Amino acid sequence: MRSLFTNWSLDSGLILALLALSGFGVAMIYSTGELNVPSPIVEGAWVRQLVWLLLALIAFTILTRISRNWIEWASIPAYVLAVVLLAATLVVGTGRGTAAGVTSFLQVGGIQFQPAEVAKIAAILALARLMASRSEAPGLRAGRPWQFADLFAPCALIGLPLALVVLQPDLGTAIAFIGILVAVLFWAGIPLTYLFLLVSPGIALVASFNTWLFSAYMVALIGLLYLRRSRLYPFEYVAVLVFNLAVGTVARLLWESLAPYQRNRVLVFLDPGQDPREAGYHLIQSKVAIGSGGLTGKGFTLGTQKRFNFLPEQHTDFIFAVVGEEFGFLGTILVLLVFGLVLYRLIRLATITRSHFASFVIFGIFGAWVTHIVVNIGMTVGLVPVTGIPLPFISYGGSFLLMCWVAAALAVRLAHQD
Amino acid sequence: MSPLNVAEPEVQRRAHIAVGVLVALFAILCVAFFRVQVLQSNTYGLQSDSNRLRPFPVDASRGAVFDRNNRVIASSVPGYSVHVFPSTTPGGMAATVEELRPYLQLDDARAAQLLERARREPYQPLLVEGDADFEVVSILEEHRAELPSVVIQMRPKRYYHGARAVSHLVGYVGEITAAELEEDRYARYTQGMTVGKEGVERQYEALLQGKRGVRYTEVDALGRVVNSPLGRVEQAPEPGVDIQLNLDLDLMEWIHHIFPDSMRGAVVALDVRDGGVLALYSAPTFDPNSFVGGIDPDDWTSLNNDPSQPLFNRAIVGRYAPGSTWKAAVGAIGLQLGLVDPHEYMPRACTGTFRYGNRTFRCWNGSGHGALDLIGAVQHSCNVYFYQLGLRIGLERLVQSATDMGFARQCGIDMPRESPGVFPRDLGFWESRFGYVPNESEVLSIAIGQGPNDQTPLGMAQFYLALARGGRAPAPRIFRSDDPGEAWDIGISPEHGEVLLEGLRRVVGEVGGTAYYSSLEHWDLAGKSGTVQNAQDATRNHAWFAGIAGPWEKPPEIVVVAMVEFGESGSGVAAPLVAKSADYFLRKRYGIPTDTIQTLREHIQTDTPAPWAWARARERERERAR
Repeated sequence: MRSLFTNWSLDSGLILALLALSGFGVAMIYSTGELNVPSPIVEGAWVRQLVWLLLALIAFTILTRISRNWIEWASIPAYVLAVVLLAATLVVGTGRGTAAGVTSFLQVGGIQFQPAEVAKIAAILALARLMASRSEAPGLRAGRPWQFADLFAPCALIGLPLALVVLQPDLGTAIAFIGILVAVLFWAGIPLTYLFLLVSPGIALVASFNTWLFSAYMVALIGLLYLRRSRLYPFEYVAVLVFNLAVGTVARLLWESLAPYQRNRVLVFLDPGQDPREAGYHLIQSKVAIGSGGLTGKGFTLGTQKRFNFLPEQHTDFIFAVVGEEFGFLGTILVLLVFGLVLYRLIRLATITRSHFASFVIFGIFGAWVTHIVVNIGMTVGLVPVTGIPLPFISYGGSFLLMCWVAAALAVRLAHQD
Repeated sequence: MSPLNVAEPEVQRRAHIAVGVLVALFAILCVAFFRVQVLQSNTYGLQSDSNRLRPFPVDASRGAVFDRNNRVIASSVPGYSVHVFPSTTPGGMAATVEELRPYLQLDDARAAQLLERARREPYQPLLVEGDADFEVVSILEEHRAELPSVVIQMRPKRYYHGARAVSHLVGYVGEITAAELEEDRYARYTQGMTVGKEGVERQYEALLQGKRGVRYTEVDALGRVVNSPLGRVEQAPEPGVDIQLNLDLDLMEWIHHIFPDSMRGAVVALDVRDGGVLALYSAPTFDPNSFVGGIDPDDWTSLNNDPSQPLFNRAIVGRYAPGSTWKAAVGAIGLQLGLVDPHEYMPRACTGTFRYGNRTFRCWNGSGHGALDLIGAVQHSCNVYFYQLGLRIGLERLVQSATDMGFARQCGIDMPRESPGVFPRDLGFWESRFGYVPNESEVLSIAIGQGPNDQTPLGMAQFYLALARGGRAPAPRIFRSDDPGEAWDIGISPEHGEVLLEGLRRVVGEVGGTAYYSSLEHWDLAGKSGTVQNAQDATRNHAWFAGIAGPWEKPPEIVVVAMVEFGESGSGVAAPLVAKSADYFLRKRYGIPTDTIQTLREHIQTDTPAPWAWARARERERERAR
């Protein structure tokens, strides 16, 4: 009892903020069920979410009381299990609800869950363990400075579940994996140049759509490689260039191979007004909902965009549009502020914890959450392309909520020194 | 695990960068939301409204049509219309139309037509039924849940109180067609609107239509109606203007009542005072109410295939050789040109035949009329007199003068589709029409109202109106307005007009006049009968009678022309129609109780004493003795 109390008291601010977000999430899911033409999908969803929240809080309480060593020990088996489960989804996975077209759910007994959610935490744990073993401290390579080759192992570790998630296909979770990888590598003190080189093929991909832009980018890349030549082996130097060139040149071929809806999503990101009836519809309706909320919003449950079903996926991926419509700019800012405090608190915990492993886990969780939050909220106002990525603690989804709280429990538990 | 040095510079640096990135990301988000929610909030607010509020046109109540005595001819009564909202549900409007078919009894053709229209204006509500029965509406309301994008609306619909009696005059309304939408006059109209198709409804469409209003209905993203369709009206429709006609509905109904069943023809009555149209009747007729809300295709087919052509307006579109009714025009031209003295006998007395060139022309009376002056010739309708008068005028002058009078053009009535008279404008007419140069003998048939001369019943009424008014007549007017229209001037002096009127008076007033048995107790009826051969049926002639009536010793007040196709006898069939119509109207005007026994013939047939007729005959005899 004492340890529970101390755990809670240690991060009461963080836990209260997460509780507030979860409660607010249930309220918003209730609101999304308040429609003028009722929808069986959303009806009663808030009750199910509330049940899941209670389960999540039980899991949170248990996890905050288990041994930190056990957590560290479990990281590798958890990772293996997660990869197996992800592979299983490709064979026996099912779609569900608004994500009916993919195979991201597994059914165990009467319960369906997304292995990808488990995989995110398992990957964070495994990656934290890997980086902790190689670091003298966060930000510092043990023995010698970081080299470009040090990126390969962590990339492979994340690359495996990432590839499996992409095959489902679940673009949103894939982006979260990249967020985790970049965050943990950053936290390990990998030089920013290396991180840049790591993500450079992605930049090449975007740049390749304009020949001039791509040429300028390649010139800049070569310049950068020249400046940092002393830190790179020649084969690394060449590998980065070749990889960039390859991505840049095959991008168009890749584009051809994309499914029409995927292409549409990219195009809609570039120009949302081009086809309001089809692909741009989600984004436009979302912006209309948020914009029409104005400064103070239309009031709880009173959003007309939502009430008349103009908002797509309003209780899952686009729930923040309902927040914007019903609570206005002030409500938006308040929710962003709470999320910001949560994320700031994670950075702080990662900094002050005396355990390397704990520090990397917490920063990995930070990486996952910041990706989810920024991409999800950003897509509702058209800052980033529409990707199926839920908003932590608020979006409807049982296993996602549970895993958010599991992650929170790990962060709180590991941060706390006995 | 080594203890972590919290003061480690690199981890602090990284933490600062992380916080910096976090702040930057959230700042970008805040700016984006500020832009959308504060700066562009008005735009998005409007979009949000236009998202869920669909404009729904509300038809204005069509202006009522009144007769001269404020009797209602046409008015708007409450009705129901059934619409389908554009929706994005599977199958869209097509599926909903398909579901509605059993309720509204839509056949394949109608369904296809509706889908075509939905395709053309996919974002407009689709009018499926313009005039739904209350029972159908009740059934649809019961099935509301299954038909979420169906809207039932109160919609004013037309009702014609005069029904069959007024159909040709008032016309009817119907849904605007795709072809009409292309016309300039319908530039501001949209699909599904009701417009006047014929008659007054068409002519005064601009006044009657009113202005459509708009009602906003809340719909969800799938186009399903969310709140009551009878929700708030945002912009109330402006009802159309009520108009008053010169028409006398009682007279129209009376004419409809007395016109022989199964006969075809027309009756036109004009007010001598101002040229107002008192009656304009064409038989057979139809029920304009059957057109309201869209006519049943079977009814439409049978109306169009009926050999008696009920939709054909014989009063202003139909053209017939005027026959003897036209002799008054020849007389007027002769007098106007100073070629004949009213009391002058023609050189050759009527023996029943008239030789001209090497041909013999007949008078209708084979035993001959003897020597006649103009008055007598009009009274007896003597062909031989008019042959000679025609020759005296000459073909070219006759054609010229009659054209000047207006027989080759329209009267200019305020009705759509009026036919101009068919009449030679000059001698070139024969060449262009028949391919030969006319010789002087053509004047003989022209002089008795035959030959290339076809007039509408309205045209003949207009001529008699000018005669009754001393030479000039305003254009016939249906609508009571200050606009007199272009006048007819037959160029005759009042004295000459009086001579012709005297002749016409004797047709009815004199024992032995062709229409003596149509004489009336209370009114001075003058007129001219006509019995005209026609190409369709050689044994049954068309019957005409043109009459002018008014109180004794007073200026005439009403001109009535009746034309009965295959009526065989102008005096026997057409004249009673004219007499009874005029009598009915004048009795009403002067407060004399109306009666079904009006003409002298009816008095005789029903054995009703007619002392006035004998008294008048004795009076005439005494005059003649003097």
